[in-house]
Amino acid sequence: MEERINAETKQYVVFKLGREDYGLDIQKVTTIERMMPAARVPKTPDYIRGVINLRGEIIPVMDVRKKFELPPVEETDETRIIILKFDDIVFGIIVDEVDEVLDLTEESIENVSSFTNDVSMDYIYGVGKVGDRIVTLLNLEKLTDIDDEDKQGD
Amino acid sequence: MDMSQYLEIFIDETKEHLQGLNQSLLQLEQNPEDTSVLNEIFRVAHTLKGMSGTMGFTKMAKLTHDMENVLQALRNNQIKATSKLVDLLFKCLDALENYTDNIVNSGSEGSNEYNDIIMELNNTIQMKSSADVQQKTDSSGKKPSDLAEALKEQNQHPTAAIKLNQYEQNVANKAKEMNMNVFKITVVLNKGCVLKSARTFIIFQTLERHGEIIKSEPKVEDIEDEKFDFEFTVVCVTKESAEVFTRDINGIAEVDEVIVVPMETAELKTPAEQSEDTSVEENTHTEGEEAHSHEEKSESNTASQVHKTKTGKTVRVDIDRLDVLMNLVSELIIIKTRLACLNGTENTQTYNETIEYLERITTSLNDAVMKVRMVPVEMVFNRFPRMIRDIARDLGKEIQLNMTGVETELDRTVIDEIGDPLIHLLRNSADHGIESKEKRLEMGKPAVGHINLRAYQDGDNVVIEVEDDGQGINIEKVKNKAIERGLVKKEIANTLSQKDIIDFLFKPSFSTSDSITNISGRGVGLDVVKTKIEQLGGIVEVETEAGKGSKFIIRLPLTLAIIQALLVMVGNEKYAIPLSSTKEIIKITPEQIKMVQKQEVILLRNTVVPIVRLDKILEVPPVERTKKDMTVVIVKKGEKLSGFLVDSLIGQQEIVIKSLGKLLSGVKWIAGATILGDGNVALILDVNLLAV
Repeated sequence: MEERINAETKQYVVFKLGREDYGLDIQKVTTIERMMPAARVPKTPDYIRGVINLRGEIIPVMDVRKKFELPPVEETDETRIIILKFDDIVFGIIVDEVDEVLDLTEESIENVSSFTNDVSMDYIYGVGKVGDRIVTLLNLEKLTDIDDEDKQGD
Repeated sequence: MDMSQYLEIFIDETKEHLQGLNQSLLQLEQNPEDTSVLNEIFRVAHTLKGMSGTMGFTKMAKLTHDMENVLQALRNNQIKATSKLVDLLFKCLDALENYTDNIVNSGSEGSNEYNDIIMELNNTIQMKSSADVQQKTDSSGKKPSDLAEALKEQNQHPTAAIKLNQYEQNVANKAKEMNMNVFKITVVLNKGCVLKSARTFIIFQTLERHGEIIKSEPKVEDIEDEKFDFEFTVVCVTKESAEVFTRDINGIAEVDEVIVVPMETAELKTPAEQSEDTSVEENTHTEGEEAHSHEEKSESNTASQVHKTKTGKTVRVDIDRLDVLMNLVSELIIIKTRLACLNGTENTQTYNETIEYLERITTSLNDAVMKVRMVPVEMVFNRFPRMIRDIARDLGKEIQLNMTGVETELDRTVIDEIGDPLIHLLRNSADHGIESKEKRLEMGKPAVGHINLRAYQDGDNVVIEVEDDGQGINIEKVKNKAIERGLVKKEIANTLSQKDIIDFLFKPSFSTSDSITNISGRGVGLDVVKTKIEQLGGIVEVETEAGKGSKFIIRLPLTLAIIQALLVMVGNEKYAIPLSSTKEIIKITPEQIKMVQKQEVILLRNTVVPIVRLDKILEVPPVERTKKDMTVVIVKKGEKLSGFLVDSLIGQQEIVIKSLGKLLSGVKWIAGATILGDGNVALILDVNLLAV
């Protein structure tokens, strides 16, 4: 019985971009790091902030604000880099703030149909509801999709 | 039994054995009479048979088994090691290599059964079998005492008392009627035998070669599950004599004792008569079942291996090297504690000492880890003697390959890449270099052509030389071909140095060979060699003398992971340029930059050098420049020069190359990244792509 409940709930790391809450499958999250300087990599899409040195590893970092076409903000003490590992691809995303870890059951996740026409819609696979909070759940597969035309940069 | 955990060991060992087999076969070809080589080959084939049988690779086991039969005949001087036979054994080797490759790639041996080879092998034995029979009858007369002894011993073995059921007795009686022998064979395995079931499997196979096993005690299933002590008894119906069994089974390793006793008629007490039909029917039935269970087993085996598609790359490491590594790590821990203790105290001297100590350890640690990654070039070289032998045969030339310095070590990544270029060069030497026998004799050279493959370490480089004593490169021919192909104008061609002309050989699809053979001449050789070597950070040089031979020299860096680099500033960003591709650094004024066909160039000692503005190409955010002087790093791409315009120089530094990761793997201009002393990241420029 216990196992069944566990199978249906998944844990999500919740972070903030502006006033919106986003969630990432905790299985894909390696670590959460404080902001650190990144070296710009030429000929990459502008949402690639660059690469950072994380304890000897070179890890590309993505600015999700740019990717989702949100207005840029000042870095604060709360700015974090979430290091993700997905399909052997390791990368970090810069977020405004990391909140907490939430348990979500399958039932509380709603598939999003087209309630907005936002660019960021592509990267979303569902919306989780906990009480009166709404957490947008991100689809990592789409996030790592750097198109060839993007990569060329010109 | 799940064998997948042994798969990697199996593959490693099989490769090693096949390599050994390759060398031994080559030796055998040279000295067909050498029994020690023959024994070695036999031993390898035998081991391979056992290993593949244990792992459930039945086709491989079958092939090695038949090979072993032929080798056995060779050992007994029943057949001669003719060149045809050696060829056949080489074919077997190729087939086995093919099986191994399949296992490496997919976890299963594949479906090719090489029936043609097996048939050829069996034919070879057939030819000798008539002689064999003669020998057998000779020997059977000699050893009655053995038999008596065996009879005596029989009583000491409790398992020797074996009960046949009615059907089995029937079969036995039928056999007796047909003048066949029925033997009770008790085999005692060595107490140290680890894989009893595998060993028994081999024994069973041997037995089944000579006859049919009608009963085994304990049951076959139990034997397969190793549910027996160290001995078992079988009843076997055969046409052969007891000696054949004793000899063959004793030839199997880890067998302590074999007792072969004929079943007395008393033991085969006449059972109720049964129709022949039923016995035959039952017989086929059980056989079918057995085959079925075998099939099932192999199926489950492959099923468990299918998930493991590819086995990982491994390096065998000398335990001493690991010990060194371990020691260094423990020293590192000591240093850490020492640094922790220093915290807060103001003693600069101790602090500096500790830092120096740390530096020493990290350097040694680096060396030690590098050494762990090193493998001898032998790994690549050892397939060449066979290759040269085959080429020489195809071309009808006599070529001897001498290899020296096979123990020279290179980084594993380099070793993996260096094989193909070397094959190209060796084929070139064999095909274009070495002349035909007649021509060599005419020129007063020994009939046998020599190719020397040399490897040695030279400072931070490893040098590999391919040298032949053939006709050398025909400079005139190359020059004419280059003119013909429009690579160079005739007037200019005549002023070119020998070196410049040889460089044409490395141009894509350049071939001087008038005819295309299947070995070389298609012109896809040398340019590929050059590109590959340069990718590895090495260079190729050629020395040649008409009529005397030519020498290709490959220089490779010891390792790819750590390089010397020049750190430069472009705008406010730091970049690293590999020192191996930088030629010099010059200062220029903006006026010195000229325009030629929309391309910025400078004149460097009368050579026109195109300028690359790194800040533009790399889209570096602009910064205000106060200096009027400009710094240009002259880099070389092959022979061509380019000037990279940078803002300032930081200095030369040893850097560790790291990849940008999968997400950014396709980024142009950038070869990787490195971490600087201050923890920041600097990108490494890909000079070959950036240079114009």
